[in-house]
Amino acid sequence: MRQETPGARRSRLRLVVVQALVLTLFATLFARLWFLQVLDGEAYQAQAASQSVREIVVQPPRGLVVDAQGRPLVANRTAWVVGVDRTLVGRIDSTDREVVLDRLAGTLGIERAALDARLLDCGDAGSVEGSCWNGSPYQPVPVAVDVDRAVALRILEQAEDFPAVVAEEQTVRDYPQPYGVNAAHLLGYLSPITESELDAAEASDDRSVNGASNVGRAGVEQEYDEWLRGMPGYRRVAVDSMGRVVGDDSSVEATPGDTLVTSIDAQVQSVVEQQLASTIATARATRDEVTGRDYVADSGAAIVMEADTGRIVAMASQPTYDPEVWSGGISSDELAYLYSEEAGTPLLSRAMQGQFAPGSTWKPFMTAGALENGYSTDTRLDCSSSYRVGNREFRNYESGAYGSIGFDKALEVSCNTFFYRIGHAFWQQAGGDPADIDAADPLVEEAKDFGFGTATGIDVPGETSGRIADRAWKQEYYESQRDYYCTVGEEEGDDFQHRFAREFCAEGNLYRAGDAVNFSIGQGDTLVTPLQLTRAYAALANGGTLYEPRVAKAVVSPEGDLVRDIPPVVAGQVDVPADYISYIDAALSNVTAQGTMAWRMGGFPLDQVDIRSKTGSAEVYGKQSTSWVASYSDDYVVVMMVSQGGTGSGTSGPAIRAIWESLYGVQGEEVVPDAAAIPGTVPPTGLPTFTEDGSILPPVRDPQEAS
Amino acid sequence: MVTRGTGRAAPSARAAFRTRVPGLDWVLVVAVALLLVVGTLLVWSATSTREALVGDDTTAYLRRQLVNIAIGVVLMVVVIATDHRWLRILAPLVYVVSVIGLLLVLVMGTTINGSRSWVQVGGMSIQPAEFAKLAVVIGMALLVAERSEASWRRHVGTGDVVGMLAIAAVPAVLILGQPDLGTMLVLTATVLGVLAIAGAPRRWLVGLLAGGVGVAALAVTQGVLKPYQVDRFMAFTNPDLDPRGAGYNVEQARIAIGNGGLFGQGLFDGSQTRSGFVPEQQTDFIFTVAGEELGLVGAGALVLLLCVVVWRALRIATSSPDMFGRIAAGGIACWFGFQAFQNIGMCLGIMPVTGVPLPFVSYGGSSLFSCLLAVGLLQNIHLRSGAAQPNRYVAGPRVLAGR
Repeated sequence: MRQETPGARRSRLRLVVVQALVLTLFATLFARLWFLQVLDGEAYQAQAASQSVREIVVQPPRGLVVDAQGRPLVANRTAWVVGVDRTLVGRIDSTDREVVLDRLAGTLGIERAALDARLLDCGDAGSVEGSCWNGSPYQPVPVAVDVDRAVALRILEQAEDFPAVVAEEQTVRDYPQPYGVNAAHLLGYLSPITESELDAAEASDDRSVNGASNVGRAGVEQEYDEWLRGMPGYRRVAVDSMGRVVGDDSSVEATPGDTLVTSIDAQVQSVVEQQLASTIATARATRDEVTGRDYVADSGAAIVMEADTGRIVAMASQPTYDPEVWSGGISSDELAYLYSEEAGTPLLSRAMQGQFAPGSTWKPFMTAGALENGYSTDTRLDCSSSYRVGNREFRNYESGAYGSIGFDKALEVSCNTFFYRIGHAFWQQAGGDPADIDAADPLVEEAKDFGFGTATGIDVPGETSGRIADRAWKQEYYESQRDYYCTVGEEEGDDFQHRFAREFCAEGNLYRAGDAVNFSIGQGDTLVTPLQLTRAYAALANGGTLYEPRVAKAVVSPEGDLVRDIPPVVAGQVDVPADYISYIDAALSNVTAQGTMAWRMGGFPLDQVDIRSKTGSAEVYGKQSTSWVASYSDDYVVVMMVSQGGTGSGTSGPAIRAIWESLYGVQGEEVVPDAAAIPGTVPPTGLPTFTEDGSILPPVRDPQEAS
Repeated sequence: MVTRGTGRAAPSARAAFRTRVPGLDWVLVVAVALLLVVGTLLVWSATSTREALVGDDTTAYLRRQLVNIAIGVVLMVVVIATDHRWLRILAPLVYVVSVIGLLLVLVMGTTINGSRSWVQVGGMSIQPAEFAKLAVVIGMALLVAERSEASWRRHVGTGDVVGMLAIAAVPAVLILGQPDLGTMLVLTATVLGVLAIAGAPRRWLVGLLAGGVGVAALAVTQGVLKPYQVDRFMAFTNPDLDPRGAGYNVEQARIAIGNGGLFGQGLFDGSQTRSGFVPEQQTDFIFTVAGEELGLVGAGALVLLLCVVVWRALRIATSSPDMFGRIAAGGIACWFGFQAFQNIGMCLGIMPVTGVPLPFVSYGGSSLFSCLLAVGLLQNIHLRSGAAQPNRYVAGPRVLAGR
């Protein structure tokens, strides 16, 4: 080795130091690398997976709703949905974001404010229930459903103009409308799940719904939601840093919802709907002799029920609406229309939510009550033109008089004074004390026995219970309203309103003889739903069994296997001996043959199809009368009602006849079984056949049944 | 036949090459070659799925990087083949051109990621700061060697140190003007290293270090640096300081590297790399690709290769008998070593996020050219110091070394 100068040695030593330093630095790097990749590796791997793999909920196709013959009433169709991925929107700088959102709102034709409202999480400041987003934060928020295909394709094709905006196809409810049926109130509709519903589902570990779910809100869609909704699937996809899907990872298939088989027959439903609509149209063009104006005919309902099972074959309500408006989200204008008084609150099902005075259709039940409580089939009472109770004269319809008659004749000619006498007699029998709240009332008891005053239990949510205006109700009503009327009564004024208020304030709780006689003919404060009346007539038809009406017959898996049978449910047995029922039955048969309904049934082959019926014209203070016809055969019950529509047979008669003709295939004066709306005339007992290729065939008929 | 033919041809070709240039440091050659190959693959992997960068052509960056390497290798070979005396004559020119380049950047440069670092020359983006590092190392080595008449006869004095600092100061001020904090850091570390190796008095080294820290502290406390700049700089300690900028990079870099595990996800198979979560992944964050796709084993090997390059450079410095060779080689070692540490440390979240490329690996022409030029210089120095090759450099070393 050569002799080193001090300078060279210092330099060499310094190099050694630098070498050591460099080695330390690289050792540090290696240690840190080991720390990140091995020691903490799993945590980072989990983080990597969570940001590069995204779970996308695949909504299941909702189950179908089919009629008894297997015709789809509610199906699905695909619709273009435009959504906004908020994670990606957040990464766009704020000026560009404004431009993109403005552009999107313009393209979709919606207000920018509405778009912003959609993008808010429920629970955030300023969020509005109904428009806010309940779903997963990782899922694009749908801002427009059922958009034009052209609009969706434009967004897809000009992706660079719409960063963070996605357009994809989703399924929404579709209404195939066999025979043009509407059935909106029966079928119901869907709307997005609410936050509280979602919380409840999560609390009970129910994985069938998620934040993007639509759930049934009315009709069978709500009642059978858990069957129809199916189970969502999940698709795990690899995404890039901009959230674009770059590949599939794994997926769990969505399970489609089950099919709901209903007892509705689309053809009958169609006939019933058309008849109801045309009846209302006709009434509106008919002059009301009493008021001198055309009938308002603001609403109406018609029901066809299978007498021996309580199954609903058809149920129509007017006014109605197009259930399609709910598909893909309803606008607030449309929603306001559905609730508006002006449009007659189309959302309200008159058949089961409408409450009306039953009028003379009430009389058969009063007959049963009278026969059970001291009167007999041999009873004869005077059907005078009027009957005086206290200082008030109660008149017969058009002041007719039929002399001394029995119950059968009283029903046939719908004699009011006959039933006044009975009602008055029971009132006096119970002590004649208007203030006695505990006084016995056999007629009220009978009405309750036939299921009035309580909900029928139909498998369609939202039913109302009607009311029986008995002594207890009067007292209760008086207590709740007294303060109001007493205040009104203290004001100056001598018009009807003030006089009524003073009278009510003083003695509104009293159950007077007038109330009792009104009750006996289905007038006054007593209200029934058309469905309650239908069920009660079904009890007359089937020998006294009250059913819980059923729309659904069975739940069938997507593969066509029976999941759940929904049998008729007996709610109770009316306490009327069989011979009284057959007495009433015969009387109602005469109503059709020679009574108040006869002029509408001329030429109808009653010898082959025995139609029993009862008409009613219920008077409502300040309004035109309610037209009722309740009728039944051995198989069906048909009830129709038109509010402010005129007289029973006069307004509803022709429609009732048309419905019967279609049910039994009556052509002229002949019964042509092949022409019956339902093959085999009576509803099928079996279910439609679900084939493997997805088509649905009508139920196979038992040959015995057919004959 | 063909295989046997090539099998035979390879060793003979290598032997022929070896006889032509006998004094090359082959370990350094192999390490650099491996780094270039791995780097090219990583650049390809990082860019092949980025449609925004490469469009339909997934090999666009691969091909451009191959061109860069080809140019760089030619430059390196030219430097190896050039007589060192010529290099000394040309060195001041390199320095002047770098300074002019840095001035041009400030006047007409392109701003990318907040700093004005690029200048367009004939369709190419050139980053003069990359060359400035090399120029400063050579310039400082040259100054000391010339003043000491290339011998270690006397200690490096204050005059030398001041002169060296002056050489470093001109480009440093221009780089700060861009501002390019990363290059500044690397330059500072390199200058300190060069001073140390040159044998500058210890009080100077300590004084400079203390002065640097003092200036930095002053810059922060007196508000020369804006709070957001400080936050960005410190984001590696806490990503929340700059969550949408440097903090996001830090977070994503850690996730990508951590996702690699022991053996990595496989080249071209890294989920984070494929999906483009790490920004600037083909340049400053290229190490995250290695981390995710090659795992601890591959990324560790990459660190090791860089370590080998620095080690060889230090060996060349140690064995170089003349002052210029030792200081230049040592300076290059400091530069490579600290820049690699700065870059990888940034990817690993132990160094601040600053834009410095990983030598030989990151995509980019300027960095590659200057690194390969430096490797050429190292080989040149190595060749000269090899006593076993007297036939070629008989007169030179003796005269210059004064032996």
